Amino acid sequence: MRFRGRARKFGDHIDTDAILPGRYLTDWNRDPKSLGRHCFADFDPGFSSRVNPGDILVAGWNFGCGSSRQAAAAALKAAGISCLVAKSFARIFFRNAINIGLPAVECPDLVEEATEGDLLEVAVDEGLLVNVSTGHRYSAGAFPPVVLEILRQGGLVSYVRARLQAAER
Amino acid sequence: MGMTITAKILAKAAGREHVCPGELIIARVSKVICHDVSLAAFRELERMRATRVFDPERIAVTYDHFIPSPSVEAAEQSRALREYLTAYKIRRVYEVGRGGICHVVFPEQGFVLPGEVVVGSDSHTCTYGALGAVALGVGSADAAAAMALGEIWLRVPETVRVELIGQPRAPVGGKDVILSLLGRIGTSGALYKAIEFTGEGVGALEMADRFTICNMAAEAGCKNAIIAPDEITAAFLNEIGAGEGEVFASDEEASYADSHTIDCGTLAPLVACPPSPANVVPAQKLRGVRIDQAVIGSCTNGRLADLRVAARILKGRKVSAGVRLLVIPGSQATYLAALREGLLEAMAEAGALICPPTCGPCFGGHMGLLAEGEAAISTTNRNFIGRMGSPRAEIYLASPATVAASAVAGEIRDPREVLDG
Ligand code: SF4
Repeated sequence: MRFRGRARKFGDHIDTDAILPGRYLTDWNRDPKSLGRHCFADFDPGFSSRVNPGDILVAGWNFGCGSSRQAAAAALKAAGISCLVAKSFARIFFRNAINIGLPAVECPDLVEEATEGDLLEVAVDEGLLVNVSTGHRYSAGAFPPVVLEILRQGGLVSYVRARLQAAER
Repeated sequence: MGMTITAKILAKAAGREHVCPGELIIARVSKVICHDVSLAAFRELERMRATRVFDPERIAVTYDHFIPSPSVEAAEQSRALREYLTAYKIRRVYEVGRGGICHVVFPEQGFVLPGEVVVGSDSHTCTYGALGAVALGVGSADAAAAMALGEIWLRVPETVRVELIGQPRAPVGGKDVILSLLGRIGTSGALYKAIEFTGEGVGALEMADRFTICNMAAEAGCKNAIIAPDEITAAFLNEIGAGEGEVFASDEEASYADSHTIDCGTLAPLVACPPSPANVVPAQKLRGVRIDQAVIGSCTNGRLADLRVAARILKGRKVSAGVRLLVIPGSQATYLAALREGLLEAMAEAGALICPPTCGPCFGGHMGLLAEGEAAISTTNRNFIGRMGSPRAEIYLASPATVAASAVAGEIRDPREVLDG
Protein backbone atom coordinates (compact mmCIF):
# COMPACT_ATOMS: atom_id res chain seq x y z
CA MET A 1 0.00 0.00 0.00
CA ARG A 2 1.58 3.21 -1.23
CA PHE A 3 0.03 6.64 -1.25
CA ARG A 4 1.20 9.80 -2.95
CA GLY A 5 -0.57 13.09 -2.39
CA ARG A 6 -0.40 16.68 -1.23
CA ALA A 7 -0.26 17.51 2.48
CA ARG A 8 -3.35 19.10 4.04
CA LYS A 9 -2.11 20.37 7.36
CA PHE A 10 -3.94 20.72 10.69
CA GLY A 11 -2.91 21.49 14.28
CA ASP A 12 -3.08 19.69 17.65
CA HIS A 13 -6.10 18.26 19.49
CA ILE A 14 -8.53 18.42 16.57
CA ASP A 15 -11.65 16.75 18.02
CA THR A 16 -14.32 14.68 16.32
CA ASP A 17 -16.84 17.53 16.57
CA ALA A 18 -14.46 19.65 14.46
CA ILE A 19 -13.97 16.83 11.92
CA LEU A 20 -17.68 16.08 11.66
CA PRO A 21 -20.27 18.03 13.69
CA GLY A 22 -22.78 15.86 15.55
CA ARG A 23 -25.73 17.11 13.50
CA TYR A 24 -24.56 15.06 10.47
CA LEU A 25 -24.50 11.79 12.41
CA THR A 26 -28.00 10.57 11.66
CA ASP A 27 -27.83 7.14 10.09
CA TRP A 28 -24.66 8.01 8.15
CA ASN A 29 -23.87 4.38 7.53
CA ARG A 30 -26.51 4.19 4.81
CA ASP A 31 -24.66 6.68 2.64
CA PRO A 32 -21.08 7.18 3.89
CA LYS A 33 -20.13 9.03 0.67
CA SER A 34 -22.35 12.00 1.50
CA LEU A 35 -20.28 12.63 4.64
CA GLY A 36 -17.41 14.08 2.60
CA ARG A 37 -19.27 17.32 1.97
CA HIS A 38 -19.65 17.93 5.71
CA CYS A 39 -16.04 17.22 6.63
CA PHE A 40 -14.74 20.10 8.80
CA ALA A 41 -18.07 21.88 8.12
CA ASP A 42 -17.67 24.42 10.95
CA PHE A 43 -13.94 24.23 11.59
CA ASP A 44 -12.71 24.73 8.01
CA PRO A 45 -15.75 25.26 5.75
CA GLY A 46 -13.76 25.36 2.48
CA PHE A 47 -12.06 22.00 3.12
CA SER A 48 -14.25 19.65 1.09
CA SER A 49 -14.00 21.77 -2.06
CA ARG A 50 -10.28 22.37 -1.64
CA VAL A 51 -9.22 18.78 -1.11
CA ASN A 52 -8.13 16.65 -4.11
CA PRO A 53 -8.60 12.89 -4.23
CA GLY A 54 -5.50 11.24 -2.78
CA ASP A 55 -4.46 14.15 -0.55
CA ILE A 56 -2.78 13.20 2.71
CA LEU A 57 -3.97 14.72 5.95
CA VAL A 58 -1.17 15.86 8.23
CA ALA A 59 -2.04 16.71 11.83
CA GLY A 60 -0.52 17.31 15.28
CA TRP A 61 -1.01 15.57 18.60
CA ASN A 62 -4.14 13.64 19.65
CA PHE A 63 -5.93 13.96 16.30
CA GLY A 64 -9.56 12.78 16.51
CA CYS A 65 -10.07 13.10 20.26
CA GLY A 66 -13.59 13.15 21.70
CA SER A 67 -16.46 10.89 20.73
CA SER A 68 -16.32 7.36 19.32
CA ARG A 69 -18.09 8.39 16.10
CA GLN A 70 -16.65 6.37 13.25
CA ALA A 71 -18.38 8.82 10.92
CA ALA A 72 -15.53 11.29 11.56
CA ALA A 73 -12.98 8.96 9.95
CA ALA A 74 -15.49 8.05 7.23
CA ALA A 75 -15.99 11.76 6.44
CA LEU A 76 -12.26 12.25 5.83
CA LYS A 77 -12.15 9.24 3.54
CA ALA A 78 -15.27 10.35 1.68
CA ALA A 79 -13.75 13.81 1.20
CA GLY A 80 -10.91 12.14 -0.72
CA ILE A 81 -8.18 11.84 1.90
CA SER A 82 -6.11 8.70 1.15
CA CYS A 83 -3.99 8.44 4.27
CA LEU A 84 -3.48 10.17 7.63
CA VAL A 85 -0.18 11.16 9.21
CA ALA A 86 -0.20 12.70 12.70
CA LYS A 87 2.05 13.19 15.68
CA SER A 88 -0.46 11.01 17.54
CA PHE A 89 -4.06 9.88 17.18
CA ALA A 90 -6.78 9.59 19.77
CA ARG A 91 -7.25 5.93 20.54
CA ILE A 92 -10.75 5.23 19.24
CA PHE A 93 -10.22 7.44 16.20
CA PHE A 94 -7.11 5.45 15.29
CA ARG A 95 -9.04 2.17 15.38
CA ASN A 96 -11.92 3.67 13.44
CA ALA A 97 -9.60 4.90 10.68
CA ILE A 98 -7.97 1.46 10.31
CA ASN A 99 -11.37 -0.20 10.46
CA ILE A 100 -12.70 1.78 7.50
CA GLY A 101 -9.50 1.14 5.53
CA LEU A 102 -7.89 4.54 6.04
CA PRO A 103 -4.23 4.14 7.09
CA ALA A 104 -3.27 6.28 10.11
CA VAL A 105 0.49 6.62 10.56
CA GLU A 106 2.19 8.28 13.53
CA CYS A 107 5.29 10.25 12.52
CA PRO A 108 5.95 13.40 14.60
CA ASP A 109 9.07 14.41 12.64
CA LEU A 110 7.35 14.48 9.27
CA VAL A 111 4.47 16.50 10.71
CA GLU A 112 6.87 18.97 12.29
CA GLU A 113 8.67 19.62 9.01
CA ALA A 114 5.87 19.38 6.43
CA THR A 115 4.01 22.42 5.15
CA GLU A 116 0.62 22.69 3.47
CA GLY A 117 0.78 21.44 -0.11
CA ASP A 118 4.04 19.44 0.17
CA LEU A 119 4.05 16.31 -1.96
CA LEU A 120 4.24 13.26 0.31
CA GLU A 121 4.70 9.54 -0.22
CA VAL A 122 3.72 6.94 2.34
CA ALA A 123 4.65 3.26 2.04
CA VAL A 124 2.40 1.76 4.66
CA ASP A 125 3.70 -1.82 4.69
CA GLU A 126 7.28 -0.73 5.33
CA GLY A 127 6.39 2.24 7.53
CA LEU A 128 8.44 4.56 5.31
CA LEU A 129 7.48 8.17 4.55
CA VAL A 130 9.02 10.65 2.12
CA ASN A 131 8.44 14.35 1.79
CA VAL A 132 9.12 14.60 -1.95
CA SER A 133 9.07 18.40 -1.80
CA THR A 134 11.91 18.58 0.71
CA GLY A 135 13.61 15.27 -0.06
CA HIS A 136 13.45 14.19 3.60
CA ARG A 137 12.75 10.57 4.52
CA TYR A 138 11.22 9.29 7.73
CA SER A 139 10.39 5.95 9.26
CA ALA A 140 7.44 5.02 11.40
CA GLY A 141 6.94 1.68 13.11
CA ALA A 142 5.44 -0.92 10.76
CA PHE A 143 1.85 -2.00 11.48
CA PRO A 144 1.23 -5.43 12.97
CA PRO A 145 0.07 -8.10 10.48
CA VAL A 146 -3.62 -8.06 11.51
CA VAL A 147 -3.81 -4.29 10.98
CA LEU A 148 -2.18 -4.59 7.55
CA GLU A 149 -4.59 -7.36 6.66
CA ILE A 150 -7.60 -5.21 7.64
CA LEU A 151 -6.22 -2.32 5.56
CA ARG A 152 -5.55 -4.60 2.58
CA GLN A 153 -9.11 -5.89 2.70
CA GLY A 154 -10.36 -2.29 2.61
CA GLY A 155 -11.55 -2.28 6.20
CA LEU A 156 -12.96 -4.37 9.00
CA VAL A 157 -16.34 -5.00 7.34
CA SER A 158 -14.78 -6.79 4.36
CA TYR A 159 -12.24 -8.47 6.63
CA VAL A 160 -14.93 -9.98 8.86
CA ARG A 161 -17.12 -10.82 5.86
CA ALA A 162 -14.22 -12.81 4.36
CA ARG A 163 -13.61 -14.59 7.65
CA LEU A 164 -17.26 -15.49 8.10
CA GLN A 165 -17.43 -16.79 4.52
CA ALA A 166 -14.29 -18.85 5.04
CA ALA A 167 -15.75 -20.32 8.24
CA GLU A 168 -18.88 -21.39 6.40
CA ARG A 169 -17.00 -23.31 3.77
CA MET B 1 7.93 -9.93 35.19
CA GLY B 2 4.87 -8.80 37.11
CA MET B 3 1.62 -7.96 35.36
CA THR B 4 -0.95 -5.25 36.02
CA ILE B 5 -4.59 -6.17 36.52
CA THR B 6 -5.33 -5.01 32.96
CA ALA B 7 -2.58 -7.23 31.50
CA LYS B 8 -3.78 -10.23 33.53
CA ILE B 9 -7.37 -9.92 32.32
CA LEU B 10 -6.22 -9.49 28.71
CA ALA B 11 -3.81 -12.44 28.98
CA LYS B 12 -6.65 -14.67 30.11
CA ALA B 13 -8.91 -13.41 27.32
CA ALA B 14 -6.14 -14.15 24.82
CA GLY B 15 -5.64 -17.64 26.24
CA ARG B 16 -2.12 -16.78 27.34
CA GLU B 17 -0.08 -17.10 30.52
CA HIS B 18 1.58 -13.76 30.09
CA VAL B 19 1.29 -10.63 27.94
CA CYS B 20 3.46 -7.50 27.81
CA PRO B 21 2.45 -3.91 27.13
CA GLY B 22 2.77 -3.14 23.41
CA GLU B 23 1.95 -6.70 22.31
CA LEU B 24 -0.88 -7.14 19.85
CA ILE B 25 -3.39 -9.78 20.90
CA ILE B 26 -6.72 -11.20 19.82
CA ALA B 27 -8.88 -11.17 22.94
CA ARG B 28 -12.11 -13.05 23.51
CA VAL B 29 -14.92 -10.65 24.37
CA SER B 30 -17.12 -11.38 27.40
CA LYS B 31 -19.79 -8.74 26.79
CA VAL B 32 -20.77 -6.19 24.15
CA ILE B 33 -22.84 -3.13 25.05
CA CYS B 34 -24.74 -0.92 22.61
CA HIS B 35 -27.24 1.96 22.60
CA ASP B 36 -29.59 3.53 20.07
CA VAL B 37 -26.79 5.32 18.22
CA SER B 38 -25.15 1.88 17.75
CA LEU B 39 -27.57 1.40 14.86
CA ALA B 40 -24.44 2.10 12.78
CA ALA B 41 -22.86 -1.08 14.19
CA PHE B 42 -25.87 -3.19 13.20
CA ARG B 43 -25.80 -1.76 9.67
CA GLU B 44 -22.17 -2.91 9.52
CA LEU B 45 -23.03 -6.31 10.95
CA GLU B 46 -25.41 -6.65 8.02
CA ARG B 47 -22.73 -5.51 5.56
CA MET B 48 -20.45 -8.18 7.06
CA ARG B 49 -23.22 -10.61 6.00
CA ALA B 50 -23.31 -11.94 9.54
CA THR B 51 -26.42 -14.08 9.87
CA ARG B 52 -26.07 -14.35 13.64
CA VAL B 53 -24.13 -12.87 16.55
CA PHE B 54 -21.52 -14.80 18.57
CA ASP B 55 -23.83 -15.06 21.60
CA PRO B 56 -27.11 -13.12 21.90
CA GLU B 57 -27.00 -13.44 25.72
CA ARG B 58 -23.72 -11.55 25.88
CA ILE B 59 -24.97 -8.47 24.08
CA ALA B 60 -27.06 -5.79 25.79
CA VAL B 61 -28.73 -2.78 24.21
CA THR B 62 -30.45 0.22 25.76
CA TYR B 63 -32.23 3.22 24.27
CA ASP B 64 -30.70 6.33 25.81
CA HIS B 65 -29.42 8.98 23.42
CA PHE B 66 -32.38 10.07 21.32
CA ILE B 67 -35.14 9.09 23.74
CA PRO B 68 -37.92 9.87 24.05
CA SER B 69 -37.61 10.43 20.28
CA PRO B 70 -37.13 14.17 19.72
CA SER B 71 -37.73 13.94 15.95
CA VAL B 72 -39.30 11.70 13.34
CA GLU B 73 -35.81 10.90 12.07
CA ALA B 74 -34.77 9.68 15.53
CA ALA B 75 -37.93 7.61 15.80
CA GLU B 76 -37.14 6.00 12.44
CA GLN B 77 -33.65 5.10 13.65
CA SER B 78 -34.95 3.52 16.84
CA ARG B 79 -37.40 1.53 14.78
CA ALA B 80 -34.65 0.35 12.43
CA LEU B 81 -32.63 -0.75 15.46
CA ARG B 82 -35.58 -2.69 16.90
CA GLU B 83 -35.81 -4.63 13.64
CA TYR B 84 -32.14 -5.59 13.80
CA LEU B 85 -32.48 -6.69 17.45
CA THR B 86 -35.32 -9.01 16.50
CA ALA B 87 -33.44 -10.34 13.48
CA TYR B 88 -30.31 -11.07 15.50
CA LYS B 89 -32.37 -12.48 18.40
CA ILE B 90 -30.91 -10.08 20.96
CA ARG B 91 -33.19 -10.19 23.99
CA ARG B 92 -31.29 -8.18 26.57
CA VAL B 93 -32.88 -4.96 25.40
CA TYR B 94 -33.83 -2.10 27.71
CA GLU B 95 -36.78 -0.29 26.22
CA VAL B 96 -37.79 3.29 26.93
CA GLY B 97 -39.28 3.38 30.44
CA ARG B 98 -37.54 0.17 31.49
CA GLY B 99 -33.89 1.04 31.12
CA GLY B 100 -31.93 4.28 31.04
CA ILE B 101 -28.43 5.47 30.25
CA CYS B 102 -26.14 2.60 29.19
CA HIS B 103 -23.36 3.03 31.76
CA VAL B 104 -25.86 3.41 34.60
CA VAL B 105 -28.22 0.60 33.58
CA PHE B 106 -25.84 -2.21 32.64
CA PRO B 107 -23.90 -2.31 35.93
CA GLU B 108 -27.13 -1.81 37.88
CA GLN B 109 -28.56 -4.88 36.12
CA GLY B 110 -25.49 -6.97 36.86
CA PHE B 111 -24.57 -7.33 33.19
CA VAL B 112 -20.84 -6.73 33.77
CA LEU B 113 -18.68 -8.76 36.17
CA PRO B 114 -15.11 -8.50 37.48
CA GLY B 115 -12.45 -9.97 35.20
CA GLU B 116 -14.44 -9.62 31.99
CA VAL B 117 -13.45 -7.97 28.73
CA VAL B 118 -16.23 -5.60 27.72
CA VAL B 119 -16.47 -3.86 24.36
CA GLY B 120 -18.93 -1.02 23.89
CA SER B 121 -19.77 1.28 21.00
CA ASP B 122 -19.55 4.28 23.31
CA SER B 123 -16.51 6.24 24.39
CA HIS B 124 -17.39 6.02 28.10
CA THR B 125 -17.47 2.22 28.19
CA CYS B 126 -14.41 2.50 30.47
CA THR B 127 -16.96 3.12 33.28
CA TYR B 128 -17.19 -0.66 33.94
CA GLY B 129 -13.56 -0.69 35.01
CA ALA B 130 -14.99 0.30 38.40
CA LEU B 131 -16.03 -3.37 38.68
CA GLY B 132 -12.57 -4.68 37.89
CA ALA B 133 -13.31 -5.42 34.23
CA VAL B 134 -11.30 -4.33 31.19
CA ALA B 135 -13.87 -2.23 29.36
CA LEU B 136 -13.07 -0.53 26.07
CA GLY B 137 -14.94 2.08 24.05
CA VAL B 138 -14.78 1.40 20.30
CA GLY B 139 -16.36 2.62 17.07
CA SER B 140 -19.20 0.92 15.26
CA ALA B 141 -17.17 -1.44 13.02
CA ASP B 142 -15.24 -2.74 16.02
CA ALA B 143 -18.49 -3.29 17.90
CA ALA B 144 -19.95 -5.09 14.88
CA ALA B 145 -16.86 -7.29 14.55
CA ALA B 146 -17.00 -8.11 18.27
CA MET B 147 -20.66 -9.10 17.90
CA ALA B 148 -19.95 -11.23 14.83
CA LEU B 149 -16.76 -12.96 15.99
CA GLY B 150 -16.76 -12.59 19.78
CA GLU B 151 -13.20 -11.26 19.68
CA ILE B 152 -11.27 -8.05 19.21
CA TRP B 153 -7.71 -7.14 18.17
CA LEU B 154 -5.91 -4.85 20.55
CA ARG B 155 -2.61 -3.74 21.87
CA VAL B 156 -1.93 -4.50 25.52
CA PRO B 157 -1.75 -1.02 27.07
CA GLU B 158 0.83 0.31 29.47
CA THR B 159 -0.67 1.40 32.78
CA VAL B 160 -0.66 4.75 34.55
CA ARG B 161 -0.93 4.16 38.28
CA VAL B 162 -2.97 6.63 40.30
CA GLU B 163 -2.68 6.13 44.02
CA LEU B 164 -5.48 7.60 46.10
CA ILE B 165 -4.78 8.40 49.73
CA GLY B 166 -7.02 9.94 52.36
CA GLN B 167 -10.78 10.18 52.35
CA PRO B 168 -12.70 12.94 50.58
CA ARG B 169 -14.61 15.12 53.02
CA ALA B 170 -18.27 15.51 51.95
CA PRO B 171 -19.46 17.25 49.86
CA VAL B 172 -16.21 16.48 48.00
CA GLY B 173 -16.64 13.22 46.06
CA GLY B 174 -15.60 11.06 43.12
CA LYS B 175 -16.14 13.84 40.57
CA ASP B 176 -13.63 16.07 42.34
CA VAL B 177 -11.10 13.21 42.43
CA ILE B 178 -11.23 12.66 38.66
CA LEU B 179 -11.30 16.40 37.90
CA SER B 180 -8.18 16.76 40.01
CA LEU B 181 -6.43 14.05 37.95
CA LEU B 182 -7.55 15.60 34.63
CA GLY B 183 -6.29 18.99 35.75
CA ARG B 184 -2.96 17.39 36.41
CA ILE B 185 -2.38 15.08 33.42
CA GLY B 186 -4.48 16.76 30.69
CA THR B 187 -6.68 15.34 27.93
CA SER B 188 -3.98 13.16 26.40
CA GLY B 189 -2.25 12.34 29.68
CA ALA B 190 -3.07 8.64 29.39
CA LEU B 191 -3.40 8.22 25.62
CA TYR B 192 -3.53 4.50 24.62
CA LYS B 193 -2.87 3.57 28.26
CA ALA B 194 -4.79 1.99 31.10
CA ILE B 195 -5.38 4.06 34.24
CA GLU B 196 -5.40 2.01 37.43
CA PHE B 197 -6.76 3.62 40.57
CA THR B 198 -5.33 2.04 43.67
CA GLY B 199 -4.28 2.77 47.26
CA GLU B 200 -6.11 2.95 50.58
CA GLY B 201 -8.14 5.93 49.36
CA VAL B 202 -10.02 3.62 46.98
CA GLY B 203 -11.40 1.69 49.96
CA ALA B 204 -13.06 4.87 51.18
CA LEU B 205 -15.03 5.30 47.95
CA GLU B 206 -18.44 3.79 47.35
CA MET B 207 -19.35 2.27 43.98
CA ALA B 208 -21.07 5.43 42.68
CA ASP B 209 -17.84 7.40 43.15
CA ARG B 210 -15.84 4.64 41.49
CA PHE B 211 -18.13 4.62 38.45
CA THR B 212 -17.82 8.42 38.19
CA ILE B 213 -14.02 8.24 38.36
CA CYS B 214 -13.65 5.45 35.78
CA ASN B 215 -16.27 7.09 33.53
CA MET B 216 -14.51 10.41 33.23
CA ALA B 217 -11.06 8.85 32.98
CA ALA B 218 -12.02 8.69 29.27
CA GLU B 219 -11.28 12.41 29.15
CA ALA B 220 -7.57 11.64 29.72
CA GLY B 221 -7.53 9.64 26.46
CA CYS B 222 -7.14 6.27 28.20
CA LYS B 223 -7.90 2.88 26.68
CA ASN B 224 -9.46 1.64 29.91
CA ALA B 225 -9.71 2.65 33.55
CA ILE B 226 -9.72 0.03 36.27
CA ILE B 227 -10.09 -0.51 40.00
CA ALA B 228 -9.31 -3.93 41.51
CA PRO B 229 -12.42 -5.42 43.13
CA ASP B 230 -12.64 -5.36 46.94
CA GLU B 231 -15.32 -5.90 49.64
CA ILE B 232 -17.26 -2.87 48.42
CA THR B 233 -17.39 -4.32 44.90
CA ALA B 234 -18.43 -7.70 46.27
CA ALA B 235 -21.15 -6.14 48.43
CA PHE B 236 -22.48 -4.21 45.41
CA LEU B 237 -22.63 -7.34 43.25
CA ASN B 238 -24.22 -9.31 46.06
CA GLU B 239 -26.87 -6.66 46.65
CA ILE B 240 -27.97 -6.65 43.01
CA GLY B 241 -27.86 -10.43 42.88
CA ALA B 242 -25.13 -10.64 40.24
CA GLY B 243 -22.38 -13.23 40.09
CA GLU B 244 -18.94 -12.70 41.58
CA GLY B 245 -16.95 -12.77 38.36
CA GLU B 246 -13.22 -13.38 38.56
CA VAL B 247 -11.13 -11.13 40.77
CA PHE B 248 -7.70 -10.03 39.54
CA ALA B 249 -5.16 -7.67 41.12
CA SER B 250 -1.87 -6.19 39.95
CA ASP B 251 1.36 -7.90 41.00
CA GLU B 252 3.53 -6.05 43.51
CA GLU B 253 6.35 -5.89 41.01
CA ALA B 254 4.21 -4.85 38.01
CA SER B 255 5.75 -1.94 36.14
CA TYR B 256 3.94 1.29 35.30
CA ALA B 257 4.37 3.91 32.61
CA ASP B 258 3.72 6.70 35.03
CA SER B 259 2.51 7.20 38.56
CA HIS B 260 0.55 9.89 40.42
CA THR B 261 -0.75 10.36 43.94
CA ILE B 262 -3.92 12.21 44.86
CA ASP B 263 -4.64 13.09 48.46
CA CYS B 264 -8.44 12.96 48.52
CA GLY B 265 -8.52 14.34 52.06
CA THR B 266 -7.23 17.73 50.95
CA LEU B 267 -9.36 18.14 47.80
CA ALA B 268 -11.71 21.11 47.47
CA PRO B 269 -14.78 21.09 45.18
CA LEU B 270 -13.47 21.53 41.62
CA VAL B 271 -14.86 22.80 38.32
CA ALA B 272 -13.66 22.21 34.72
CA CYS B 273 -13.98 25.45 32.76
CA PRO B 274 -14.83 25.59 29.05
CA PRO B 275 -13.76 24.27 26.64
CA SER B 276 -11.75 21.39 28.17
CA PRO B 277 -12.41 18.83 30.91
CA ALA B 278 -8.79 19.37 31.97
CA ASN B 279 -9.21 23.11 32.52
CA VAL B 280 -9.77 22.62 36.25
CA VAL B 281 -9.95 25.24 39.03
CA PRO B 282 -11.41 25.29 42.57
CA ALA B 283 -15.13 26.20 42.61
CA GLN B 284 -14.32 29.00 45.03
CA LYS B 285 -12.31 30.82 42.34
CA LEU B 286 -15.37 31.01 40.07
CA ARG B 287 -17.63 32.84 42.49
CA GLY B 288 -19.57 35.42 40.51
CA VAL B 289 -19.73 33.37 37.25
CA ARG B 290 -23.42 33.63 36.39
CA ILE B 291 -25.23 30.56 35.04
CA ASP B 292 -28.45 30.10 33.07
CA GLN B 293 -28.82 26.33 33.33
CA ALA B 294 -27.74 23.60 35.71
CA VAL B 295 -27.86 19.90 34.83
CA ILE B 296 -27.66 16.98 37.26
CA GLY B 297 -27.54 13.59 35.53
CA SER B 298 -25.68 11.57 32.86
CA CYS B 299 -23.58 8.40 32.97
CA THR B 300 -21.04 10.34 35.03
CA ASN B 301 -23.29 11.50 37.89
CA GLY B 302 -26.86 10.26 37.40
CA ARG B 303 -26.84 7.58 40.11
CA LEU B 304 -28.88 7.44 43.31
CA ALA B 305 -25.95 8.56 45.47
CA ASP B 306 -25.58 11.64 43.24
CA LEU B 307 -29.26 12.51 43.54
CA ARG B 308 -29.04 12.13 47.32
CA VAL B 309 -26.21 14.65 47.49
CA ALA B 310 -28.10 17.11 45.28
CA ALA B 311 -31.40 16.68 47.14
CA ARG B 312 -29.69 17.29 50.46
CA ILE B 313 -28.57 20.71 49.22
CA LEU B 314 -31.83 21.57 47.43
CA LYS B 315 -34.21 20.49 50.18
CA GLY B 316 -35.77 23.54 51.77
CA ARG B 317 -33.99 25.89 49.35
CA LYS B 318 -35.08 27.42 46.03
CA VAL B 319 -33.43 27.33 42.61
CA SER B 320 -32.35 30.89 41.81
CA ALA B 321 -34.87 32.86 39.71
CA GLY B 322 -32.56 33.16 36.71
CA VAL B 323 -31.62 29.46 36.57
CA ARG B 324 -33.23 26.39 34.97
CA LEU B 325 -32.27 23.24 36.87
CA LEU B 326 -32.70 19.94 35.05
CA VAL B 327 -32.49 16.75 37.09
CA ILE B 328 -32.11 13.59 34.99
CA PRO B 329 -32.01 10.29 36.91
CA GLY B 330 -29.66 7.92 35.07
CA SER B 331 -32.05 4.98 34.90
CA GLN B 332 -35.61 3.92 35.54
CA ALA B 333 -34.51 2.06 38.70
CA THR B 334 -32.70 5.16 39.93
CA TYR B 335 -35.78 7.26 39.13
CA LEU B 336 -38.03 4.93 41.12
CA ALA B 337 -35.69 4.75 44.09
CA ALA B 338 -35.31 8.54 44.16
CA LEU B 339 -39.07 8.89 43.91
CA ARG B 340 -39.65 6.54 46.85
CA GLU B 341 -37.01 8.26 48.94
CA GLY B 342 -38.66 11.62 48.38
CA LEU B 343 -35.58 13.00 46.60
CA LEU B 344 -37.46 13.94 43.46
CA GLU B 345 -40.14 15.66 45.50
CA ALA B 346 -37.59 17.73 47.41
CA MET B 347 -35.86 18.77 44.21
CA ALA B 348 -39.10 19.51 42.34
CA GLU B 349 -40.23 21.62 45.27
CA ALA B 350 -37.00 23.59 45.01
CA GLY B 351 -37.88 24.38 41.39
CA ALA B 352 -36.03 21.63 39.51
CA LEU B 353 -37.49 20.13 36.36
CA ILE B 354 -37.37 16.35 36.75
CA CYS B 355 -36.66 14.80 33.34
CA PRO B 356 -36.89 11.16 32.23
CA PRO B 357 -33.69 9.08 32.13
CA THR B 358 -31.97 10.13 28.87
CA CYS B 359 -28.61 11.34 27.55
CA GLY B 360 -30.52 14.32 26.08
CA PRO B 361 -28.58 17.53 26.76
CA CYS B 362 -25.28 15.80 27.65
CA PHE B 363 -24.31 15.40 23.98
CA GLY B 364 -26.32 18.33 22.66
CA GLY B 365 -29.03 16.04 21.41
CA HIS B 366 -32.25 17.42 22.90
CA MET B 367 -34.14 18.09 26.13
CA GLY B 368 -32.57 21.32 27.29
CA LEU B 369 -30.00 22.74 24.87
CA LEU B 370 -28.21 26.05 25.40
CA ALA B 371 -28.69 29.29 23.48
CA GLU B 372 -25.90 31.54 22.24
CA GLY B 373 -24.25 33.43 25.10
CA GLU B 374 -25.68 31.16 27.82
CA ALA B 375 -23.63 29.42 30.49
CA ALA B 376 -24.38 26.09 32.14
CA ILE B 377 -22.92 24.09 34.99
CA SER B 378 -23.36 20.36 34.57
CA THR B 379 -22.43 17.04 36.17
CA THR B 380 -21.72 15.56 32.70
CA ASN B 381 -18.26 14.75 31.36
CA ARG B 382 -17.52 16.96 28.35
CA ASN B 383 -17.52 20.71 27.89
CA PHE B 384 -16.18 20.91 24.32
CA ILE B 385 -17.41 23.79 22.19
CA GLY B 386 -20.99 23.10 21.08
CA ARG B 387 -21.37 19.98 23.23
CA MET B 388 -24.67 21.08 24.85
CA GLY B 389 -26.17 23.21 22.08
CA SER B 390 -24.94 26.52 20.67
CA PRO B 391 -21.21 26.67 19.90
CA ARG B 392 -21.34 30.05 21.61
CA ALA B 393 -22.57 28.67 24.93
CA GLU B 394 -20.21 27.89 27.82
CA ILE B 395 -20.18 24.68 29.86
CA TYR B 396 -18.68 24.18 33.32
CA LEU B 397 -18.36 20.64 34.71
CA ALA B 398 -18.67 19.83 38.41
CA SER B 399 -20.03 17.42 41.02
CA PRO B 400 -23.74 17.11 41.89
CA ALA B 401 -23.06 19.06 45.11
CA THR B 402 -21.39 21.96 43.29
CA VAL B 403 -24.06 22.03 40.56
CA ALA B 404 -26.92 22.01 43.09
CA ALA B 405 -25.27 24.75 45.16
CA SER B 406 -24.69 26.83 42.03
CA ALA B 407 -28.32 26.39 40.95
CA VAL B 408 -29.40 27.83 44.29
CA ALA B 409 -26.87 30.67 44.19
CA GLY B 410 -27.48 31.60 40.53
CA GLU B 411 -23.73 31.59 40.03
CA ILE B 412 -20.95 29.07 40.49
CA ARG B 413 -20.56 28.36 44.18
CA ASP B 414 -18.50 26.08 46.40
CA PRO B 415 -21.17 23.79 47.92
CA ARG B 416 -19.58 24.06 51.35
CA GLU B 417 -20.62 27.71 51.47
CA VAL B 418 -24.27 26.88 50.77
CA LEU B 419 -24.30 24.02 53.29
CA ASP B 420 -22.72 26.16 56.00
CA GLY B 421 -24.60 29.34 55.19
S1 SF4 C 1 -24.84 10.50 29.30
FE1 SF4 C 1 -23.57 11.67 27.89
S2 SF4 C 1 -21.53 10.81 28.01
FE2 SF4 C 1 -22.95 9.35 28.96
S3 SF4 C 1 -23.48 7.90 27.32
FE3 SF4 C 1 -25.02 9.52 27.32
S4 SF4 C 1 -24.26 11.06 25.84
FE4 SF4 C 1 -22.54 9.72 26.37
